[in-house]
Amino acid sequence: MLDALLLSAGYNAAVAMIGATLLGVAAGPVGVFMLLRRRALLADAASHATLPGIVLAFLVNLWLTGEGRSLPVLLAGAGAAAALGVLAVQALQANSRLSGPTAIAVVLSGAFGLGVVGLSYVQTLPVAGQAGLDQFLVGQTAGMRLADAYLIAGVAAVLVVVIALLFKELRLIAFDPEFAAAAGWPVQRLDLLANGLLLATVVVGLTSVGLVLIVAMLIIPAVTARLWTQKLGRMALLAAAFGGVSAYLGAAASAGIHHLPTGATIVLAAAALFAVSLPIAPLSRPRRAPTALEPPV
Amino acid sequence: MSPQIHLVNRAPIPAQGPLVAHGLSVVYNGKPALWNVDFAAPAGALVGVIGPNGAGKSSFIKAALGLVPWASGWATLLGEAPGKSRARVGYVPQRASVDWDFPASALDVVAMGLYRKLGWFRPVNRRTKEAARACLERVGMADFADRPIGQLSGGQQQRVFLARALAQDADLYLMDEPFAGVDAASEQVLISALLGLQAAGKTVLVVHHDLQTAPDYFDHALILATRAVASGPMAEVFTAETLQEAYGGRLAPSQLAALAV
Repeated sequence: MLDALLLSAGYNAAVAMIGATLLGVAAGPVGVFMLLRRRALLADAASHATLPGIVLAFLVNLWLTGEGRSLPVLLAGAGAAAALGVLAVQALQANSRLSGPTAIAVVLSGAFGLGVVGLSYVQTLPVAGQAGLDQFLVGQTAGMRLADAYLIAGVAAVLVVVIALLFKELRLIAFDPEFAAAAGWPVQRLDLLANGLLLATVVVGLTSVGLVLIVAMLIIPAVTARLWTQKLGRMALLAAAFGGVSAYLGAAASAGIHHLPTGATIVLAAAALFAVSLPIAPLSRPRRAPTALEPPV
Repeated sequence: MSPQIHLVNRAPIPAQGPLVAHGLSVVYNGKPALWNVDFAAPAGALVGVIGPNGAGKSSFIKAALGLVPWASGWATLLGEAPGKSRARVGYVPQRASVDWDFPASALDVVAMGLYRKLGWFRPVNRRTKEAARACLERVGMADFADRPIGQLSGGQQQRVFLARALAQDADLYLMDEPFAGVDAASEQVLISALLGLQAAGKTVLVVHHDLQTAPDYFDHALILATRAVASGPMAEVFTAETLQEAYGGRLAPSQLAALAV
């Protein structure tokens, strides 16, 4: 365990830990904007919708190349399915009586059911490689290769750069989309971009945290950061720090203690940071709503 | 009312004036929220948009801004389609339309009125912050610049919204219920800000639901009850007949007497 913390538990473990940490750093700020735009749970629908996409990508790749497992192919399938999941939630919200959370619940459970059925079918196939598919459920970085870590690092870097560039635009549409639209900002396209950031986080998060728990990496570091600051910039930086530290500690625990799924240990680390913050952070107490009766200045 | 025949023309014909609406209708889920409204705001006027709950006052403002789709008719702002004049139009949304627990200071919110001037990608710089601080000063909120918005009172939050609109430095202002739930001090600040805008030659439309104060605050009125009941100079249109028509005869004689109409 100590070896793992110091990145000396072996080359593979070190690669996996660095990959997971970079993902945690990127997921924090993405989660901040999703949380403030009240879209955090959309990530849960997107992540569960990846499972049928992973299975389908495996089958198509198997059929085309004779080998199913290839991380870029599986992640491409996951990304396409996650995008479909988000579109399905939005279509249900716009064209039916379902509210946002209800639409998310329908898509999440429906897609996940489909994925589990597909996964069971794939397990019966007399081919190699399918055994590792269920690692996407709760995450397992043990088998991560250097190329995979590069992929995660690349995506994480893009996410951080996009958020840094569009920080004020994302802040505006998260706080007051109506004012933003009246002032001429393309709110729909910015929302689409924000959803793209969310999908990218979910897809690369599959490898380390897994699809069941990735939503936690978007939400927990962001809400922990909110307990410490009233400033959006600091909240984003703190969320990145909390996300990175949780992923690092969780991946180390998973590498040090055999057979612990990485996703679970990372999320436990994030939850521990939240639990420690709650009693000591300055903004933990319930907010008192200001009223018109307060003395005027 | 006798039935009127209207030619609905989707392509805006050139319309002069700060805000012109012609045959403007808004429909939500098959129900009209705003029906066939004709209105032209005179330049430099302080217009009160008055009417009962559900009269389509907010819908009128949002339709004029192009934020909700037009079921029929058209509107122009400053002689152009709503999408084209946005840099010259300031907007104050309803205070309840945003989450005031958002991690931002009063200064952060006011700076949002200057984002267009900054342009894409460029972060909020010192000059923007100074300009935002000057706008907070104009609404008596300079001391609260760094205060988290969640710690402000309702009236103070409304002043922050007004300061953000002032920062937009527009020629036409559309405000949705800025007087709702504000304290007396904030009310005074809002009034003098409106008069200041008028003195600077701007045109201001304000959604307002308080009949008591409307004739004092505004020199023009648009009285809505889904359709336009009346519009024009306050003294001419703020009468017992138009108000009874707008409120469906629900105003008691004593209420009307109190309004001195």
